[in-house]
Amino acid sequence: MPDAPKPAEAAAEAVKPAAARPPEPIPIEINGKPYFHEGDPAMPLLWFLRDRLRLTGTKYACDDAGCGACTVLVDGTAARACALTMQEARGTSVTTIEGVAGDALHAVQQAWIEEDATHCGYCQPGQIMAALDLLRRKPRPGEHDIAAIGNLCRCGNYPRMRRAILRAAAQLRSGK
Amino acid sequence: MTPIDASRRRFLAVSLAAGGALLLRVRVRDAHAAPTPGVPPELLGDDLTELGPFLRIERDNRIVIGARTCETGTGVRTAQAMLIAEDLDVDWEQVTVVALPYGYRDDGGNRYGSQTIGRGAGLDATWTELRRAGATARWLLVQAAAREWSLDPASLRTESGQVFAPDGRRLTYGALARAASTVDPPAQPPPLKMDSGLRIIGTPTRTADGVALVTGASRFGIDEYAANALTAVIARCPHPGGTLVRFDDGEARKVSGLVDVTRIEGPDIAPGVAVVADHTWAALQARERLAIEWKPGPWADASSAALASAAQAALDGEAPGETVRRDGDPAALRRKAARTIEARYELPFLAHATMEPPAALVDIRNDRARLVAPVEDPDAASQRIAALTGLPRARIEIRMPRGGGSFGRRMQVDYIAEAVRVAQAVGKPIRLMWTRGDDLAHDTFRPFGVHALRATLDRRGRITGWSHRCAATPHQRDGADMTPSWTGCLDADSFPAGLLADVEQVFHPLEAPLPRTDPRWATQAFATFAIESFIDEIAVATRQDALALRLALLGEPRRLDLGGRGYDTGRLAEVLRRCAARIGWGVRRSDGHGIGIACHQGGGGYIAHGFEASVEGERLVLHRAVVVADVGRMVNPLGTQMLLEDGTLDGIATTLHQAITVRDGRVLQHDLRDYGLMRRAQAPREVEVEIVDSGAAPARASTIAPVSAAPALANAVYAATTVRVRKLPLMPELMRML
Repeated sequence: MPDAPKPAEAAAEAVKPAAARPPEPIPIEINGKPYFHEGDPAMPLLWFLRDRLRLTGTKYACDDAGCGACTVLVDGTAARACALTMQEARGTSVTTIEGVAGDALHAVQQAWIEEDATHCGYCQPGQIMAALDLLRRKPRPGEHDIAAIGNLCRCGNYPRMRRAILRAAAQLRSGK
Repeated sequence: MTPIDASRRRFLAVSLAAGGALLLRVRVRDAHAAPTPGVPPELLGDDLTELGPFLRIERDNRIVIGARTCETGTGVRTAQAMLIAEDLDVDWEQVTVVALPYGYRDDGGNRYGSQTIGRGAGLDATWTELRRAGATARWLLVQAAAREWSLDPASLRTESGQVFAPDGRRLTYGALARAASTVDPPAQPPPLKMDSGLRIIGTPTRTADGVALVTGASRFGIDEYAANALTAVIARCPHPGGTLVRFDDGEARKVSGLVDVTRIEGPDIAPGVAVVADHTWAALQARERLAIEWKPGPWADASSAALASAAQAALDGEAPGETVRRDGDPAALRRKAARTIEARYELPFLAHATMEPPAALVDIRNDRARLVAPVEDPDAASQRIAALTGLPRARIEIRMPRGGGSFGRRMQVDYIAEAVRVAQAVGKPIRLMWTRGDDLAHDTFRPFGVHALRATLDRRGRITGWSHRCAATPHQRDGADMTPSWTGCLDADSFPAGLLADVEQVFHPLEAPLPRTDPRWATQAFATFAIESFIDEIAVATRQDALALRLALLGEPRRLDLGGRGYDTGRLAEVLRRCAARIGWGVRRSDGHGIGIACHQGGGGYIAHGFEASVEGERLVLHRAVVVADVGRMVNPLGTQMLLEDGTLDGIATTLHQAITVRDGRVLQHDLRDYGLMRRAQAPREVEVEIVDSGAAPARASTIAPVSAAPALANAVYAATTVRVRKLPLMPELMRML
């Protein structure tokens, strides 16, 4: 279960000797809700999302930030949650795949379903986050822009994802 | 066991669940005849009690269908539910698909039939089994309606989850569920729908899990947490066959969140040190701080280069090897041949590199155990856990969440055994996670080998005899003794067996530093790359058209019975012909683009690939990619299309870039880019898919989809450049040769 938001208590901590002082809680907003991280500031955001908040839609798949399975939006821009420490994420607003849909699915999610762009599905949350980022930057993405998305898919689902991105782009431009 | 009168054996179990839902489970080809077992709730956990049977009809007319095998992306759960929904006669929109747990029974049977992918009676029998479940439920509902209206059941019809009387009255299945649960089941299975009446089978259908997948709600194996489970990672011995000498965990134990460090040992798993922590980051940090001394085993100096030399030496040597096939006397023919053509092809080790690395949640108690992992062979997992814990198999619960890809990896249970070992050592539930580095270094690798092909020709350039010798690392599924050793490296029925009087296939097993390999599609591709490249080479050498040469060899459409599965030459010729036509075979080109084709058959399916390629600097540009397949009748054409499309891309990626290389006894690849996973920019934008509707028995598209891509690519590269690549991965070799 997600932790209840806690007020920052930095002042109360100030009297303790530095060595014994636990790391200062790191405030972060996830899918519109405020949280504090109180452990190792060097822990990547990925494990905070998965282990602490059980937001398991953000996936682990590599050790070198190379695959994009953990892509989230940090202050609206795509980022690899495995390569961003909690310290670096301090004070940001993060959107994970779980926070994309409102009452209805987002046009990108809907397009993914309509094109049946799934296969094993493991990389898809990260792919969708990357597509959201692209369409925010370029509402009319060219082939080059789509090909430049670095998220890997082991199954080979790229052609369907490409069609889904083009479909979502058209949908978003037409104002839904 | 008491003999049971077959006529009295009930073939289905019907019961009423809370809320008046009808539960129905068809007993499937059951050698044993225990009384209908209830699902013991204490074994299943709270969230599973309602998922027991195949089928659940809710009062509000929602239909919940249980799919019995693990879903790793092939769409099997959607297809299984479609088969049941068809003969139940409901609308697909009413259906919710859920994953069934492992149904092992005390008497050794399984309440759901075979739950292992690719095992059991084959797709045809599976179709009948699942459709019968739907038909039987429909029969009960019709009987219940007939009773309600005092009408002859034969006068009633069904549609969209409702029963209709001749006068127009209707009742939903949901309203009939309670009454149907009291109807005596039929003595014989009711008939299935006629083909002309099919509404779901054969209709393109999107995956049943779509919404969950795009919202992040789908839980994969790695996403399984239990309230009190600890996270474990293992530092494994990096030297195949090596041993653990000593380790110091002093620094590791300083990591906040660390719970335990423990040594783990086999059988059949690499020696290692497991680090157990409250959360993943702590486990990873602590593992990095371990100081471990390993002792290299007998493979300390092993390398891919040395293995290649050993393979060449075996093929050059006098040792006869194991005979896989010998028709006629190819050796005698060689002595009087007008011409002999020879070529050797080398293929690397490959990793499965599933996007979701291996992970498992296990809870081992004194009297029971629980496993949550996307295992495709739950029988093997159950046996392995029983062997390690001494628990009876009926006390081992297995739940199979979705798996992030498999490609054969999830047939293996090595990581399950590891998780059990750690849980036993720590005495707590464990979620074991492999990192990507773990996965690439400790996968069960697919074979390395060299194929030596030799064809004898007569004066007119016709092939008279064929010799296919292969020196390779034989596969060995962990623990299981699968014979003969060449299985997965050669197929005794492969082209051109049965088409020429003189054909030999010989296998030379190589000792392998990476002992565990797995015979899935890559091993079919293994032999097919050599065969289909060689045919192309013969065509070039004899100035024949490669398509015409293949078609002439295949000859008249007929069934070849070769001792193994055999195949239909007409169906193979058809996919090849259509593929050639679509890719534009035979059209003379002046733009530097080359066209290559190749074909393959296996498991009752037929496939051909065609590519149009050009080499621009250091890039291979794929202008077009065509795949044509005949996999018989299809449950879900949209699913088949996806498997062919994606399988083709997988075949391209594997052929062009992927290899596991060994040096100094260790795997060199550490991450997905090292290993050569294909990026978008490298992939063709579209794959043109054509499906031949032969109406024949159903075959699996997933296993054959990538296979002929490898030789078709090499053939296209030759056509574009006149450089013949005989060693994979193709790109580094091509760049070396150009």
